[in-house]
Amino acid sequence: MAKVVFQEDRCKGCGLCVLACPKKGLKVSRKLNNQGFPVARIKDEENCNGCALCAEMCPDVVIEVWK
Amino acid sequence: MSKPQIELVNGNEAIARGAMAAGCKFYFGYPITPQNEIPEYMAKHLPSVGGTFIQAESEIASINMLLGAGSTGARAMTSSSSPGISLKQEGISYMAGSEIPGVIVNMSRSGPGLGGISPSQGDYFQATRGGGHGDYRTIVLAPFSVQENYDLTMKAFDLADKYRNPVMVLGDALLGQMKEPIILRSPSPEKFEKPWALTGAKGRKSQFIKSLYLKEGLLTEHNWKLFQKYQQMKAEVAYQTYLVEDAQMVVVSFGSVARIIKSSINMAREQGMKVGLFRPITLYPYPEEPLKHLSAKIRHFFVVELNTGQMVEDVKLAVEKGSEVDFYGRPPGSIPTPNDLFEEIKKVYR
Amino acid sequence: MKQVFKRPQSLKDVPFHFCPGCHHGVIHRLVAECLDAYELREKTICAASVGCSVFMYDYFDIDVCESPHGRAAAVATGIKRTRPENFVFTYQGDGDLAALGIAEGIHAANRGENITIIFVNNTIYGMTGGQMAPTTMQGQTTTTSPYGRDFAREGYPIRMAELMSMVEGTTYCSRVAVNTPKNLMQAKKALKKAFEVQINNLGFSFVEFLSSCPTNWKMSSEKANQRIQDELIPYFPLGVFKDKTKADTN
Repeated sequence: MAKVVFQEDRCKGCGLCVLACPKKGLKVSRKLNNQGFPVARIKDEENCNGCALCAEMCPDVVIEVWK
Repeated sequence: MSKPQIELVNGNEAIARGAMAAGCKFYFGYPITPQNEIPEYMAKHLPSVGGTFIQAESEIASINMLLGAGSTGARAMTSSSSPGISLKQEGISYMAGSEIPGVIVNMSRSGPGLGGISPSQGDYFQATRGGGHGDYRTIVLAPFSVQENYDLTMKAFDLADKYRNPVMVLGDALLGQMKEPIILRSPSPEKFEKPWALTGAKGRKSQFIKSLYLKEGLLTEHNWKLFQKYQQMKAEVAYQTYLVEDAQMVVVSFGSVARIIKSSINMAREQGMKVGLFRPITLYPYPEEPLKHLSAKIRHFFVVELNTGQMVEDVKLAVEKGSEVDFYGRPPGSIPTPNDLFEEIKKVYR
Repeated sequence: MKQVFKRPQSLKDVPFHFCPGCHHGVIHRLVAECLDAYELREKTICAASVGCSVFMYDYFDIDVCESPHGRAAAVATGIKRTRPENFVFTYQGDGDLAALGIAEGIHAANRGENITIIFVNNTIYGMTGGQMAPTTMQGQTTTTSPYGRDFAREGYPIRMAELMSMVEGTTYCSRVAVNTPKNLMQAKKALKKAFEVQINNLGFSFVEFLSSCPTNWKMSSEKANQRIQDELIPYFPLGVFKDKTKADTN
């Protein structure tokens, strides 16, 4: 059981978290934040195991992880 | 009253000793003729006071070490000669922009380029007109004796801390190499509070030192703030006069030339010529007010420098309209004798 | 549930100005994590440099001194010599360390200054708009090598980690990358080791980070990370080049 929280207004839609997730549980959505970037979000919450690789690879400290 | 301690000291060494008397514990430099006695003295003596000497890889490295040391609030110094001072200009500009105190000693040699190793005053513009980029000033002190080498270097540290600014001591090869007896002072350096110094953010907010201001309007504001500081620096104007009270013509010279020409003036006086000397000690801030005041009654000035005409511009700017300003310049490569300058005085005296 | 990942305390809670996918953000965070781990935040003075990382003082909650371009290693020397009890590091890009500041970097290492240099190598000059760097690779197009870098005309890319490892005064020297999770974990270890060398007064430590510049490489973040793997790492190999703290190291 794990939880990831995205601070969406800091996301730049670079997609590195999507690449990092071993479960391919993230995606860059169509939603634009107030900077005009498409924000990354979790698409498969149930399978998240809190490995935090997405947070590690994120260049903008967007993601917080709970386990 | 105890007898003053007097010693026969080499000019460069006097600068190093003045620095240590002012509590300077950090020196960063690079060898260059004619000032090597300064780093050599520091290398030998700083360890005994728990200080640090670094012979850096270049004059660029040493000015940046000075910048770093100054940023932590330490009293530190670097020294060099003309071409090495050219290398330091960017660092000095950064120190001025970031308001980091430090002392830079230039024992001028001949230029431009590799030039030579004999004394010159060809770095006057470089010293007083910035030298580096941007609208900044450094206080410039011009000794004319080994005693002044010592005293003015000591003073430079207090001025640097008082104004949070780099300060330059401008000597030359002659002042560096000559030996004179000097009175040694007891060290009691003034303590300055430095809340801005970088010491690690313990018990306070983190802080930084920078000269970069990109947001609209901030750099303008910062430059005006620096400008105000430079106006306040005018309180530090220092100069000396010799036989000006009844003079018909006043020589204006600084540094070693002032020393030589004092003898020439004495020779002129023996011949009945009423000549005096106005000697600026601070080249920035230039003693324009005292000079202007003098020019109200003395209408003839004779500027003599070891260059092709630098300080003469400041004299012309300072003196009253209608004053006559003659100039004799000798670019470096041959040091004038008192007799040489006496001949020049005779040519223009009227 | 327990929080297992959050912003390190040494990193201010402000948005980064870096481009999407730029590794500066990751490297800044790793440095901040290390400062937290060793409780260095209040003891640290950073000599910042000029490049995309010029705003260190906006991002790190530590004392920072701006340095002229290329001279951070000399500024850091001045800081550490006056305050040996503080933790002092520089953070420099390829122009700052491998071009302008190569003498200051090598000599700080040579003197065995007890500081840490963090070198961010993205084979290009980012802040000024994508010009050639000393680390730009053969064939790489930049605004000042528009026909692709040609060794005959522009010389070879400089391997700074190897160069620094040859300097006698260097205690620890390594090259890492943060383009994959695996490389990132190795990078954390290397950074920790470098910090430990300074904390234990063991001399000069150096970590080179291979980094991406998607904007000036004209690539997506994903392709940029791949370029690091396929093109940079073969020429700039990852690993530890010197570790004097290990008894059996040359």
